[in-house]
Amino acid sequence: MFETLTDKLQGAFKKFGSRGVVKEEDLDQALREVRMAMLEADVNFKVVREFTSRVKERALGAEVLQSLTPAQQVIDIVREELVEILGGEQPQLATSAQPPTVIMVVGLQGSGKTTSIAKLANLLRREGNRPLLVACDVYRPAAVDQLVTLANQLDMPIHEEGTKSKPRDIAKNALEQAKKTNATHLLIDTAGRLHVDEDMMNEVADLRKMLHPSEVLFVADAMAGQDAVTAAKEFHDRVETTGLILTKMDGDARGGAALSIRSVTGVPVKFIGMGEKTDALELFHPERLAGRILGMGDMLTLIEKAKATMGEEDTDRLGDKLKRGTFDLQDFVDQLRSVRSMGPLGQLVQMLPGFNKIKMQLDVDEMDDSFFNQAEAIVLSMTPWERRHPDKIDGKRRKRIARGSGTSPQQVNQLLKQFFEAKKLAKSIGSGKFPAMPGMR
Amino acid sequence: MRFWRRKKKSDEESEQQQEAAEAPAEEVAEAPVTTEVADLELTEEEVAEVQEQTQRATERTRRGWFSRLGGLFERADFGDELWDELEEILISADTGLETTELIVSTVRDRVRQDNIKRSDEVRELLREELVAVLEEPGHSVPRWAESDAPSPLVLIVVGVNGTGKTTSIAKMAHAFQRDGATVILGAADTFRAAAIDQLKLWGERVGARVVAHQHGADPGAVAFDSLSAAESAGGDIVIIDTAGRLHTKSNLMEELKKIYRVIQRKYPDAPHETLLVLDATTGQNGLSQARTFTEAVGITGIVLSKLDGTAKGGIAFSIAHQLQIPVRFIGTGERMDDLAPFDARQFVDALLS
Repeated sequence: MFETLTDKLQGAFKKFGSRGVVKEEDLDQALREVRMAMLEADVNFKVVREFTSRVKERALGAEVLQSLTPAQQVIDIVREELVEILGGEQPQLATSAQPPTVIMVVGLQGSGKTTSIAKLANLLRREGNRPLLVACDVYRPAAVDQLVTLANQLDMPIHEEGTKSKPRDIAKNALEQAKKTNATHLLIDTAGRLHVDEDMMNEVADLRKMLHPSEVLFVADAMAGQDAVTAAKEFHDRVETTGLILTKMDGDARGGAALSIRSVTGVPVKFIGMGEKTDALELFHPERLAGRILGMGDMLTLIEKAKATMGEEDTDRLGDKLKRGTFDLQDFVDQLRSVRSMGPLGQLVQMLPGFNKIKMQLDVDEMDDSFFNQAEAIVLSMTPWERRHPDKIDGKRRKRIARGSGTSPQQVNQLLKQFFEAKKLAKSIGSGKFPAMPGMR
Repeated sequence: MRFWRRKKKSDEESEQQQEAAEAPAEEVAEAPVTTEVADLELTEEEVAEVQEQTQRATERTRRGWFSRLGGLFERADFGDELWDELEEILISADTGLETTELIVSTVRDRVRQDNIKRSDEVRELLREELVAVLEEPGHSVPRWAESDAPSPLVLIVVGVNGTGKTTSIAKMAHAFQRDGATVILGAADTFRAAAIDQLKLWGERVGARVVAHQHGADPGAVAFDSLSAAESAGGDIVIIDTAGRLHTKSNLMEELKKIYRVIQRKYPDAPHETLLVLDATTGQNGLSQARTFTEAVGITGIVLSKLDGTAKGGIAFSIAHQLQIPVRFIGTGERMDDLAPFDARQFVDALLS
């Protein structure tokens, strides 16, 4: 299994040791690791080359901050640069002043256009819009049926004319219908096509000219390799794409193609496809993808999920406690409960940094909540005083707690150990230090 | 190119086979080998046909990528720069770091050891090495090409979403039928909207019977019924389409295993082949896909689809090297006969020419 980049960099720097200024030989070694991590993540090799040389320029001779090791400093620069390329601000969908807003979805075969369209329609409707779906893929057998089925599932209006009409005519009629029915958005599903297929590219270019869409979204598969930029660039040149939907991010692909596409075409990533269900479309967050490309997990998604479940206020209160180091076992059990309501444990674990390392030993989807149940039982068998003073729990108390919770003193011990580690980690985050990644020595 | 070779067995032959099955194991194991060798010999016409198909499929690939390779050895000295550049070219084909490093270091070491100075010799070394990596899984013949292939032969097609499973199945069915086999298609992708319709449409076009249930039905039941249909209709090959699934979703992988269990209730040695359809544009994740699907259901071959674009499908080198899984077919376009049997030498030759 891949080690995380953090581990590797830590290893690379260990040989040179020392704090202070980042030295060139240390840096070259570190950047080799960065290069490997990015290539493993399918970032285009040319993009990697430019990227590492820019990082080198920035990092060379940089003063290492007190609280950081040189490895952390380099990672921080790498991460910052990545986030900068991926786009700082939250991208929005453009709307036209005169409704309906036309959105075209284009891409290679099998990238996930039709599924993405359904998700997008669902998202738009939740925001109070009235989208109309348009089935312009008249080539792939049953593509129209697929969109019709999805529209029925969502109870969403759709304009389709089977496979006999030309996409151009279908779109024109759909536009009429949208105006008549006061639809706010027209979502055009186009056929998957190869960027080297002259006729098909002409067809989609023609469609774009006719429709004047506010957005032309290019759908790219997160699993795409080095060639992703070739296709994306060709589409961009021909139909001037305005945004990117990165699909199949619910798998274990690192999604480096998005970085390549962004840096070669300048088109921002707007959405992330996270599954086959029609609500599995998420807004794009650069920090998260940066972390994923570097193999550093998806801490931010986890934090956001926590926020959504606990509410801002709880999170802030918790943050306060964490910072002051007054986080106790009562908070811990509260935490466990809210984590549980956040979704299946397996899904959460995947977002943790260093996860790659343990992935092979854990069958994440099989992970059940027995760990939570046990932890909760242990804490609930403690007195309120014990929950506030976990460090005061001695052997005798441990035995009693174990008896009360149906566990063994070893299991109680283990939980306490985990708690102290979590607390230490939380404290270092809270004090503004670079978070120590679990599994890092 | 013939995809299907088995002559329909007369009753006599099937009796013989039954005897063979009862015979000691060594003898049974030996028997197919001799027939395989005979089968492997292609007529000149067939060789030319595969060559042409491979050439056509990889035309764009060659134009960009390997013209760079061609130019690579035109230089006077074979220094570090050359090897770095070779590494970059291989990486840009999605060959992956590990396999790339292996190929580069093998060729470089040989060049240095044998003190090779001529560029065409270096090129030849590279060609040999590329072929060697692709042939690491060995020269085994797929079951459907054996003259004594089981009847019906059960072939399951798996893969992540959007790689081109259904289209590849249609092309395979077309090829098998053209060679005289009766093909039954099992629409066991009961999940994706309209997947069943898509397979039915293809079935009509290629003239193969499609066994299908409702959307959302149990895929295992569809597979089972497909086998029954093959039995009663005298089908030679049953190809089962499965829903696209990300290999990381263990519940979906369990569902897939269930299809296997159901099939094995009827035929304990089935499926006889499991093909993983891999999109040629896939990057390093392809290795993860191949590995996980192999762990779950045992992949016996790869269908490398969408080679008609500009992607190189270099992940096939990594899969051959690290997992010892051979490529069986390459998908070369959207037409029904845009499918070619994979031949490592011709694939590399086409790329290097």
